Amino acid sequence: MNLLAAVPGFTGNQTALSPVGPGAAHIEHTFSLIFWITSTVWLLVLTAVVIAVYRRRYTLEQMPPPERTTEASDRFAARAVGVSMGITVLLLFIMLISSFRTGHAIGTMNSEPQPLTIDVYGHQWWWEVRYPNPVPANIVETANEIHVPVGVPVHIHGTSRDVIHSFWAPNIQGKRDLMPGYDTDLMLQVDQPGYWRGQCAEFCGLQHAHMAFYIIAQPKDEFEHWLTAQAQSAPVPSDAQTQHGQQVFLTHGCVLCHTIGGTTAASRVGPDLTHLASRSTIAAGTLPNTTGNLAGWILNAQSIKPGARMPPNQLFGTDLQDLLAYLETLK
Amino acid sequence: MRASLSIPLVLLLFSAGCKREHRVFDPGALGSQIADGVAVSDVHAGGTQPKPSLAKYQESAYAASEGKRLYEAFNCVGCHQHGGGGIGPALMDSEWIYGSEPQQIYADIVQGRPNGMPSFGGKIPDYQVWELVAYVRSLSGQLPSDVAPSRSDEMPVAKAEQARKKEHAPDEYQQKIRRGKP
Repeated sequence: MNLLAAVPGFTGNQTALSPVGPGAAHIEHTFSLIFWITSTVWLLVLTAVVIAVYRRRYTLEQMPPPERTTEASDRFAARAVGVSMGITVLLLFIMLISSFRTGHAIGTMNSEPQPLTIDVYGHQWWWEVRYPNPVPANIVETANEIHVPVGVPVHIHGTSRDVIHSFWAPNIQGKRDLMPGYDTDLMLQVDQPGYWRGQCAEFCGLQHAHMAFYIIAQPKDEFEHWLTAQAQSAPVPSDAQTQHGQQVFLTHGCVLCHTIGGTTAASRVGPDLTHLASRSTIAAGTLPNTTGNLAGWILNAQSIKPGARMPPNQLFGTDLQDLLAYLETLK
Repeated sequence: MRASLSIPLVLLLFSAGCKREHRVFDPGALGSQIADGVAVSDVHAGGTQPKPSLAKYQESAYAASEGKRLYEAFNCVGCHQHGGGGIGPALMDSEWIYGSEPQQIYADIVQGRPNGMPSFGGKIPDYQVWELVAYVRSLSGQLPSDVAPSRSDEMPVAKAEQARKKEHAPDEYQQKIRRGKP
């Protein structure tokens, strides 16, 4: 089946036709097989129709009488129809078997002996990501960016905190719905380092379109290094500006929804901000994580992502600048 | 004749239904101001002031359901439970220590109250306090019945909030007269 050429013209990120892991590769094989079979059949049928129409063109004035059927022509017709039907059934079975094999291959991924488990929770409209650990202090919480080691089976344990979402990173694996009150499991593996974009694939409300995530595949040692760094508390602010920024965070509305490890902020409503500055985007892949975007997001998230759960905030004097300076230290 | 009459009537019906789903995402600079003082009494020094209209929150199903979400998020449940009360007083009955009017509940949330109710002033934007007020009032059936959230994600104590009958007495809660020796 590997001899089958991939469907051309669809390389790149967030496409199921350019797989970077075994899950998506299985799906892509079946897709390519069905694509080439159905395309060929469609072209053959169309060619036959065009030839038939071309060879028997008459006007209404010079219409010949219908051809008489003979025993020989009947036999030929019966044989032709029989053979076409046989080929059709055969092709359908080839596609059916390929589909079964894909389902089986993806199913057996679930029986990997000791995968790395990551918890993913869908929220309106962002992704909560948790790396469980038997030592509670080493549990890592982040949002919208899922770091995974390359070439290692990863078990995504998912559910939803509100409505039905669907977890879909097309380059890596098929989609899986996350239901409130129901746990789902998905095995995936990424064989190529890089940023692989994914998206919520089940309409979940106003900002469904702005609910993206990234799967960041790294070599194993780089991943371990990242995980250790993420398990640390946020650094204690060292200068006057960032110290004031931390006070702004802890005395304003921020503290009611967000967590920063190592401070008294520990609410679980919004994304964990302990290592905010280490992420490349904010608002579930909506904006690059720059100071300007962060400022706009804090002041009035509703003008960027109407309906998002983040309320507008009023900050006076140097409060905003100091808060931003503090948030930038959260590496 | 009948069609010419019924079409405007049906349109009128639709226009009435639109209001309950009206959503304000960006309330503007004024609406998102940090919560501040609000008059809790109808009696004013130096004459009556116009009362602000609260229909935007008290008559909006969206505001009430957002209030329900925030009630959970800001841990009101920690003390008041889902209306039944525990550490804090019950919110689903007709007894209101500080009054049942929207402005009075608003003041309770913003200012805090003795014996444990924390002040949320300076933390929550104004419009979220009003959304909370709408939901809290729905717990005792004080919102129009078409507004309240229709179902509950929690184990229902009795019926969903809005399906309840109005619990509160029209006037403020009267202190019970204690009988017997002091």
